[in-house]
Amino acid sequence: MQTYELKTPLSEKDVKKLRINDIVYLSGWIYVARDKVHMRVLEYEKKKKKLPFDWKNGVIFHCGPLVEKKNNRWRIVGIGPTTSSRMNKLQPDIIEKYGIRAIIGKGGMNQNAINSMKKNACIYLAMTGGCAASAAKSVKTIEDVRWLDLGTPEALWVLDVERLGPLIVAIDSHGGSIYQKVDSAVKNNLKELIKS
Amino acid sequence: MISKQLIRDTVVKLFRQAVTSLPRDVECALEKAYKWEKSKISRIQLNAILENVKLAGKCSIPMCQDTGIPLVYVKIGEKTGVKFLDLRKSIAEGIKLATKEIPLRPNIVHPLSRKNTGDNTGISRNINIEILPEKDYIDITVFPKGAGSENMSFLKMLNPSDGIDGIKKFVLESVVKAAGNPCPPTIVGIGIGGSSDIAMKLAKTALLRPLKEKNKDNKIASLEKELLEKINSLGIGPMGLGGRTTALKVNIEYEYCHTASLPVAINMGCWANRYSTARIYKNRVIFPK
Repeated sequence: MQTYELKTPLSEKDVKKLRINDIVYLSGWIYVARDKVHMRVLEYEKKKKKLPFDWKNGVIFHCGPLVEKKNNRWRIVGIGPTTSSRMNKLQPDIIEKYGIRAIIGKGGMNQNAINSMKKNACIYLAMTGGCAASAAKSVKTIEDVRWLDLGTPEALWVLDVERLGPLIVAIDSHGGSIYQKVDSAVKNNLKELIKS
Repeated sequence: MISKQLIRDTVVKLFRQAVTSLPRDVECALEKAYKWEKSKISRIQLNAILENVKLAGKCSIPMCQDTGIPLVYVKIGEKTGVKFLDLRKSIAEGIKLATKEIPLRPNIVHPLSRKNTGDNTGISRNINIEILPEKDYIDITVFPKGAGSENMSFLKMLNPSDGIDGIKKFVLESVVKAAGNPCPPTIVGIGIGGSSDIAMKLAKTALLRPLKEKNKDNKIASLEKELLEKINSLGIGPMGLGGRTTALKVNIEYEYCHTASLPVAINMGCWANRYSTARIYKNRVIFPK
């Protein structure tokens, strides 16, 4: 269990040294994307259309931000992770195609996603859910926003953050997953509890 | 008569209070959980939550970016003379205003087209209205419910022969299925009996009961206690990363049901189990602490 200060873009080496239970504070650009952005990216992919942003080797943050527009400028009021399992089906293709290096979210992802993270040197960083007020303090600037037609919680936001964290390495690029460890212990405990 | 404006403005105040300050009993339970947790990772989660709650309260900003689906529970006194249509409209106006002023995240979309209304209102069926006989006031509770926990809702029509053991098994299996998704430590609301819809409503409103209050029925109260202990021995822990605190409380409500049915519904409240209540009289509004 070690603590790392990392800056995006993350290199393959940065990612590979991390193991589950490590703690990360992340700085630099991150791409806020949830259900609809993932769906649209895959649609673009199908139609061979070029994306209006370049998130190659980037960090994806599963989040629907709370934003406010004042004097014609967007401001982040709150950010925090959303349930990552909703992106289970959509994530592997995006990780592979764009060489995504890290996913920030909550609740973890399924075996397919874990496999694709292992194959492509990508990690999953668990962020404490619902800590929007604290996390918003890490946002330095909004660098870009795209696809606002999807609604502000579903649009693609590019944020420049400073020391976002603490984030827990919950799935590493070697196939390790805290969630799987917890899940198998929990299922054993459940068996005992139901028996008695 | 209670004015439309007073209802609207009270709704705005209630949403602001709900999304920026956690009920004190929930915060205390989280503080207790922090002391009880042993592992570094679970303590990091609870520490982040507690620091965030303090910051949100101090700066009056929403504690969670998911300011939820704006559920509203109204009990309207018979003697107020307020028309239902006016009540609905004033509450919807309050939700729109709160969305802009606080702000709340515009979360509400058409269920099929997924088009966002932009102001957190829909057809107004998310407003629950009950009548208070003989009273001259309106009680309003707002309950902004995040999707992370709401998506982890479960309903099962058990066989009466499944009995209490069947109920326990269903609850534990559901909590395991939910894992870290509803942002544990959660409040687990359980509705037993009634019909399928009533059971779910009971499960939801169970989340609005203060944590120190047990069910008045001793047998149900001991089931609440037993289930809480069992849930916390599962080891799911804060945010599903392992630990001793998976739930802060189990609240059960019940209603009589058909002799051939045993409906059981589960509705979970994330750690940010936010709600606020006010009583509106003609000339004043009371916000209980």
